Amino acid sequence: MIKTTCIPLPIENIDTDQIIPARFLKATTREGFGNHLFADWRYLPDGSPVADFPLNDPRYAGAQALVAGKNFGCGSSREHAVWALADYGFKVIVSSFFADIFRSNALNNGLLPVQIDQTLLEALFQQIEANSRTQLIIDLAQQQMHIPALNRNVTFDIDPYKKLCLLNGYDDIDYILSRREAIEAWEKYRSESFPTKTHI
Amino acid sequence: MKETYYPHPTTLFDKVWDSHVVERRADFPDLLYIDRHFIHEVTSPQAFDGLRRRGLRVFRPARTTATADHNVPTRNQHLPIGEPLSRKQVATLEANCAEFGIELYGLGHERQGIVHVIGPELGLTQPGMTIVCGDSHTSTHGAFGVIAFGIGTSQVEQVLATQCLLQYKPRRMRIEVNGTLATGVTAKDLILYLIAQLTTSGGTKHFVEYAGSAITSLSMEGRMTVCNMSIEMGARGGMIAPDDTTFAYLYGRPFAPKGYAWDKAVARWRQLHTDEGATFHKVHTFDASHIEPMITYGTNPGMAVGISQPVPHPTDHTQAKALEYMGIEPGKPLEGHPVDYVFIGSCTNARIEDLRAVAQLVKGKKKAAGVTVWIVPGSKQVEAQARAEGLDKIFESAGFQLRQPGCSACLAMNEDKVPFGKCCISTSNRNFEGRQGPGARTILASPLMAAAAAITGRITDVRKLLA
Ligand code: SF4
Repeated sequence: MIKTTCIPLPIENIDTDQIIPARFLKATTREGFGNHLFADWRYLPDGSPVADFPLNDPRYAGAQALVAGKNFGCGSSREHAVWALADYGFKVIVSSFFADIFRSNALNNGLLPVQIDQTLLEALFQQIEANSRTQLIIDLAQQQMHIPALNRNVTFDIDPYKKLCLLNGYDDIDYILSRREAIEAWEKYRSESFPTKTHI
Repeated sequence: MKETYYPHPTTLFDKVWDSHVVERRADFPDLLYIDRHFIHEVTSPQAFDGLRRRGLRVFRPARTTATADHNVPTRNQHLPIGEPLSRKQVATLEANCAEFGIELYGLGHERQGIVHVIGPELGLTQPGMTIVCGDSHTSTHGAFGVIAFGIGTSQVEQVLATQCLLQYKPRRMRIEVNGTLATGVTAKDLILYLIAQLTTSGGTKHFVEYAGSAITSLSMEGRMTVCNMSIEMGARGGMIAPDDTTFAYLYGRPFAPKGYAWDKAVARWRQLHTDEGATFHKVHTFDASHIEPMITYGTNPGMAVGISQPVPHPTDHTQAKALEYMGIEPGKPLEGHPVDYVFIGSCTNARIEDLRAVAQLVKGKKKAAGVTVWIVPGSKQVEAQARAEGLDKIFESAGFQLRQPGCSACLAMNEDKVPFGKCCISTSNRNFEGRQGPGARTILASPLMAAAAAITGRITDVRKLLA
């Protein structure tokens, strides 16, 4: 159960180049990307903060949820975008649509994408505008998001397998490794039925 | 040879996908086997760290091939990389490949190049395969009748550890383009047109099969350009059924089957097509004769118009913001808009055919004063071929800079950056804000349109130069 305020970013098609520009992808570890999250929107070329960018707005301080416009996370497959969001402190991203690769990267890192319909998203943006401390209560087990200020309780979709992974703290590799025998048997079957299938 | 029997009419996509499912359970993602895995320096280091943390080895090292492309300089590649972080990232790839027994075509190697250029060029990409890479433009390989898609670093780790991925099967979309492309209209214009029509989210959750006479008459290079940008319409990937054009391209390539094995492979590959009567979740049909040279005006690849068309008036905040960023006025065509930089490169358009088309157009001409032109070949082999054909001389006398291979200004991770506020016409695939450097303004177009702008210093309808 996550109870948090949120930061609004009412822009559509936010691509992963905006979330983390390419010049920050030179690191060889997963840590420290949060400082560069939305770098080109958040900082001026001289490094000082852009006053009216929501992440710099003290009214939203401490929020663990980002509420963003439709088609969030499109573009490059860079998982660094998810690492940057998580490193900054976000646990939940709310939008009316997520790009496929972003969604999968987020779920692989315990960052929860919550998809709601466009009308509710717009109402939520208005509500945050009216009250910067608007709260969201997210219950993964029940797949529910509660917005007390709007008196709304919505159910969100999540792939049941991924939900299990998130709740139990295991990941795809743990599962796939447990299927190793099946994989080897399949490789053997295929090399026998299609001997020239691959030449590697 | 064992013929595969399909009891029902089946799509190309289903044939390839289903033949790679190791296990399928209801309400659970398919366990999908990956034939070939490409890695590069930017999205792999954290995956190797993950393996070490778990104490795992690479399960099938021969199925992974590595190259250094995203973060390499395009000049003086024989010298140590100057920028310390980039040097460390490339060195980390070298160390990881050595530790885990993976073939690396690193900086200076004669097979080095952009990952999606070298796979097909070496014949590592073959019809009917599943291919993944920690890069969204992996969809390029779909041109060979391959299911190819981009993955995140966690999934790179999964493939290294298990050669498999857990994946829900995407839905099937067919995009048919019939008719013939007019002179001066290329594969790049075709795909920009499709994205403009279908929008950047028009393909989400789908895997696209491109078909129709305008597609089948494209060369392999043109098909790769089309499949490359499938991701820009939000699709998981795009593919084209292999045919004689495909086989002729692959024949004799270093990793292609040889002799008797080649004949058997071709016989099997010929089954890789969509059967008559097979169905799709969505079908779109277009007429190639409606397409003219395309140009983008905004900050996503869907914001594109034909060169003779006016830039549309913004209908929402996002579009208005894009035009403001680009410094472009709506209501009139972009022709005549001045450009400062020309970038001919990237996995979309940096193959030998692209360079030949540019050379043919600019032969005997000079670039406009004040314009900087970078030509960055897709691979060492493309570079060598261009030099062997004397294209380097043509570029040189036109005042173009022929650089060394890499992703370069496509994503501007290295020093090839377009300065703040400058406008660059680019043959790459993304015109996002800051993609080519902070504050850089990118206009996407075909190599022909980019070459035309290099000569005139302005956005120009290439058909006027061809006439
Ligand atoms: S050329 Fe550009 S799009 Fe292609 S792999 Fe490199 S960075 Fe990605």
